[in-house]
Amino acid sequence: MGDLRMPTLGADMTAGTLLEWHVAPGDAVHRGDIVATVDTDKAEIDIETFDDGVVDALVVEPGTRVPVGTVLATLRADGEVPRMAAPVAPEPAVAVPAPPPPAPSAAPVVSAPPVAAAAPAHRRRVSPLARRVAADLGVDLAAVTGTGPAGAITRVDVERATTTVPGTTVPGTTVPGRAAVERRSADERLASLRAAVAALMARSKREIPHYTVQRTIDLTAALDWLDAYNAGQPPARRLLPAALLLRAVALAAHDVPEVNGTYEDDTFHPAPDVTLGVAISLRQGGVIAPAIPNADALALPDLMSDLRELTARARRGVLRGTDLGGATLTVTSLGDQGADLVCGVIFPPQVALVGFGRIAERPVAVNGMLGARRTVIATLAGDHRVSDGHRGSLLLASLDHHLQEPDAL
Amino acid sequence: MTADDARTLVLRNLAEVAPEADLASLPADADLRTVLDLDSMDMFNLVTAISEESGIEIPDRDVGRLTSLDAAVGYLVGAPSAGA
Repeated sequence: MGDLRMPTLGADMTAGTLLEWHVAPGDAVHRGDIVATVDTDKAEIDIETFDDGVVDALVVEPGTRVPVGTVLATLRADGEVPRMAAPVAPEPAVAVPAPPPPAPSAAPVVSAPPVAAAAPAHRRRVSPLARRVAADLGVDLAAVTGTGPAGAITRVDVERATTTVPGTTVPGTTVPGRAAVERRSADERLASLRAAVAALMARSKREIPHYTVQRTIDLTAALDWLDAYNAGQPPARRLLPAALLLRAVALAAHDVPEVNGTYEDDTFHPAPDVTLGVAISLRQGGVIAPAIPNADALALPDLMSDLRELTARARRGVLRGTDLGGATLTVTSLGDQGADLVCGVIFPPQVALVGFGRIAERPVAVNGMLGARRTVIATLAGDHRVSDGHRGSLLLASLDHHLQEPDAL
Repeated sequence: MTADDARTLVLRNLAEVAPEADLASLPADADLRTVLDLDSMDMFNLVTAISEESGIEIPDRDVGRLTSLDAAVGYLVGAPSAGA
């Protein structure tokens, strides 16, 4: 059974601070459940478990800064006898009355109701904003009824809970390790994000011999297709131009594999799949580039929904562990209010960055006639240790090609 | 939907989309995209949430009409509700 470790959330991360446990010893967890929140220089990250099992012991106390790879908690298979975790976590193991080995060995494993009082409450989906508000207001999330998607607890639910149960300060949750530590202030967070961006970009400029090529791409066909598609969809199912651009980049990366991978130990490691980093600017300042795994295998609607959720998490400052798992190529898109083009800086250890300026009507000559067309100026910043302007140009040509055939995206 | 209901709905969802914004000082006729620095994803989320909560269908071609607080309120007040 795997242990839960402090994950590597980007090449520049060496340590993280455990902020909060969302599970207690004895809780059943399933792959994808959020079990803890950690703080990095860039953002708070909700850590998901990759295994099904039962939480054996919480090893690291909230507030502790530990190196990447440190065991945070031990898990055991469902039904397995709890490991005597005394050497790693003496205090919690003694203090926590939760898993007395003899009694629950048979019954709770099969019957859900007895456990239901404690476990599902911890596992329930809670929006990061709701969690923060709950912490501010001292609301026990276990006592809150979720009304969001899939029963998720939203900020409104938390606020409603404060009005119905005034002054609830959770006498029951005295289990060691459950309490959250104090969060950093917005200013501290911003300063450390800025420092992290600075360190990474300085490293990029120091180590990577950049070249940049650009190409103006006519988006008339792609945007006409998008308008027709969106006309028949409710708001939540519509697509944004950004999704088309990301999809086209993922496809183009297969055509020119020298842009997709990492450069480490003086060697280029091409990646078989496209883990697409998306540079997201935060209005308070700073930029963060979480990733969409296997973006090349996602159909447009799935890519759109992943992009939407990723952006929401980034904006709220609480990402998931899987969001920062080693992008192989990053896209930066300046959006409607942005400049015409961006010559980006590559995120090490990646070897290329695709940039999109704002989409606008521009004069374009087509078949000898000048017309106003909606276009975007795409750029590729490439790593000369791996590719050159010729291959970079081919990437942009492939991108253009894919965007001229939106039906095939 | 009354203008007050619409205003409350829009402001509540603006707070979700732009939690760091000071909405109390937001001019009612200001372009949300420039004043609050909302990008297309923010506008997408705002329109989706407003549509889902109000039951008012907001066609894609109308999204450009919800660019300020006043414009959004006016649109929602004038729009036929789902059950009507």
